Amino acid sequence: MTGVLLVILQIIVATAITPLLVGVMRQVRARMEGRVGPGPLQPYRDVRKLLAKEPLRAEGSSVLLVAAPLVLLVSSLLVVALVPLVTTATVIAVPNDLFVVVSLLLVGTVAVALLGLDAGTAFGGMGSSRHMMIAALVEPTVLMSVYALSIPIGTSTLSRIVVARGTDIGRVVTPGGLLAVVALVVVVLAETGRLPVDNPSTHLELTMIHESMLLESAGRDLAWLEVGSWLRLTALLGLVVNLALPWGLASDVRPLPVLLAVGALSVKLLVAGALVAAAEVFMAKVRLFKVPELLAGSFVLAFLAVTASYLAG
Amino acid sequence: MTTVLTVTREQLAAAVGGLLGDGLRLVLVAAHEQRDGFRVVYVLLGRHDRTEVVVTMPRDDAWLPSLAAVSYPAGRFEREIRDLYGIRLVDHPLPHRLVRHAHWPTGYYPMLAGAGPMPVTVGEASYPFLEVEGDGVYEIPVGPIHAGLIEPGHFRFSVVGETILRMKARLWFLHRGIEKHAEGRPLDEVLALTERISGDTAVGHSLAYAMAVEEALGVTVSEEARLVRAQLLECERVYNHVADIGAIVNDVGFSIVAAHTARLRERLLRHHEEVTGHRLLRGAVTLGGASLRRPVDPDLVGRAADEAVELAHLAMSHSVVADRLHRTAVLSADKVRHMDVLGYVARASGVSTDTRADHPFVDLGPAFHVVTHPDGDVWARFLVRVGELGVSAAVIRDIADRLGDVLGDTATVSTGAGAGFGVLEAWRGRLSHRVELAGDTVTRLKVVDPSWFTWPALPQALGDTIVPDFPLANKSFNMSYAGNDL
Repeated sequence: MTGVLLVILQIIVATAITPLLVGVMRQVRARMEGRVGPGPLQPYRDVRKLLAKEPLRAEGSSVLLVAAPLVLLVSSLLVVALVPLVTTATVIAVPNDLFVVVSLLLVGTVAVALLGLDAGTAFGGMGSSRHMMIAALVEPTVLMSVYALSIPIGTSTLSRIVVARGTDIGRVVTPGGLLAVVALVVVVLAETGRLPVDNPSTHLELTMIHESMLLESAGRDLAWLEVGSWLRLTALLGLVVNLALPWGLASDVRPLPVLLAVGALSVKLLVAGALVAAAEVFMAKVRLFKVPELLAGSFVLAFLAVTASYLAG
Repeated sequence: MTTVLTVTREQLAAAVGGLLGDGLRLVLVAAHEQRDGFRVVYVLLGRHDRTEVVVTMPRDDAWLPSLAAVSYPAGRFEREIRDLYGIRLVDHPLPHRLVRHAHWPTGYYPMLAGAGPMPVTVGEASYPFLEVEGDGVYEIPVGPIHAGLIEPGHFRFSVVGETILRMKARLWFLHRGIEKHAEGRPLDEVLALTERISGDTAVGHSLAYAMAVEEALGVTVSEEARLVRAQLLECERVYNHVADIGAIVNDVGFSIVAAHTARLRERLLRHHEEVTGHRLLRGAVTLGGASLRRPVDPDLVGRAADEAVELAHLAMSHSVVADRLHRTAVLSADKVRHMDVLGYVARASGVSTDTRADHPFVDLGPAFHVVTHPDGDVWARFLVRVGELGVSAAVIRDIADRLGDVLGDTATVSTGAGAGFGVLEAWRGRLSHRVELAGDTVTRLKVVDPSWFTWPALPQALGDTIVPDFPLANKSFNMSYAGNDL
């Protein structure tokens, strides 16, 4: 029962803070570039506007145009529920196992890729093909790096990894652990469509990856897609910060630890988001054919992390 | 010095071919409707002289021998004349429609006297794109409506994976009938019209028109007025190059540079408003002269140019930006010469062509020199812009010193009949106007924007380029859609 309550709380908190995270990232970038920016609350207004709009659907498009945004949203909500963000408590029925989380991420990825293909436009297809190429390079690295973190603890359950790391500082600062976290950061940037892999603020159809798959969606459909992909950012960024700084998570429903956990998550997420946005100011988008090199590099890091964990263990 | 050669259609190819062989360049071809037929004027420009080759034909036997074999631009001018006047082309190697939009009805030629307003109908046939066939080849149609606020143009890519095999641009969605609109209007009204041909080239177009009218009427413009004109032209170059530097870098996602060049451009535009009364420098060039409200501040322009150069160096020292720009969309010098490409695109391929050096209308002082780069890639086009920024800022300062407090000068412009030609180096390259006047009205205005010459080179630069690099290649050319399609 405790677990269910805490997981529900986690979903509510994460969903509520996600637009703020995106807004803070955009605002930090705007301010650092010398622009005024729309303010950190703009994503809330964007979602409200999109939800109020009638979704226009292209002629000849199928039920996918309606279903894919919902699949993405639901899969993202499930990921948010499973990844230890506010709490390390779990619902017994659903294991928050590493492999379950990665599979759920893939469900969302495939849904968006199919959405891109659905309307039969060239941009959507182009975006889907690029998206799948990146997904194929990212998923093994996510698996490898979390696997490296799971070796010393002996389980692939994310919450136990976080708890074990939190109770023993010696397990956080290991060569394998550091390598794995670095590898994870790179793939999180790729997975969530940030620079240097994708440019979330471009208007150039031909260079887009994530955005080009959403071109045919409007209104409510687009709102679900936006919230769905933002939630993935929250979940993945939250996972990374909690693996790197595994303190402050709640394990029962007493008010003080829960409040502390919510506060800790908000601070960790927003600071991490601001750091990512600040780093992006100094980055440019790499040539598309160099993306595999970048991701292969992070795979090598993850592989070294696994090796180092075995040697250390 | 102008020579006029009147030839028959049979002699045309030999006459124009001979002049091209002597090193003259074809800069403008204008058709004119007369009572009993058509007259076509070919303007060729040499180092110090100009030759106009004139050919006439009766209305019931209106055909023109194609010169596409001797000059690539001639082939395009001919297609324009065919689409606008209905003159048949003989032996043209690629007689597809050019200017003609799909919704124009068959037999509608907008430049003819009896054409009337453009009827709104559904077009006859779709435009035939060459289909590339093979395993895994697919087409990407882009535009004419784009995701950003840019001009309309349709690009059809034939692609394998991400590599572009072939790209065809259809740009003719902006026919506003500017040349037709100018006919029968007073000289000063047409001056205002030319300022609006392409928003970013207000000085270039209005000045070329003013120079053409002055030549037709034999008006001598004082040196002060010519200096003010040259300064305005450089101001236009500076603000556009500043914007381009930011736009090119923004296309690789390094948006901090774009944010700051936008700030610099805004500072320059506000200064323009103080100097001329208009942010885009409209209204300063007059027939017979030029006048400012207050002198151009060379320190303000110089500081903006310096800051933009600093931003450009910041971008160039970024390894990812440098990697994206280097060896992307290479245009060879051979193609530049063959297609008669103009402006910074030609200079970035190592071809030193600049009307300011070849046909100056005023001495620009010791600071002026032509900036070139041998590589022909996006990097080179970026660097040429950066170099030209410095040159233009220095020229503006030089002219400001020579002018002192002088705000311009104007000569009285009489009325009369005649034909005149004006050519100058606008910021995109050589720009020319040719006018024919009768009394106090314009009977024919022919405008050639540098984009007309340079657009066809863009697909030629895309060999080995990948689709996501196309916007970068396109931005490094930054040709005008509105100047191209009148």
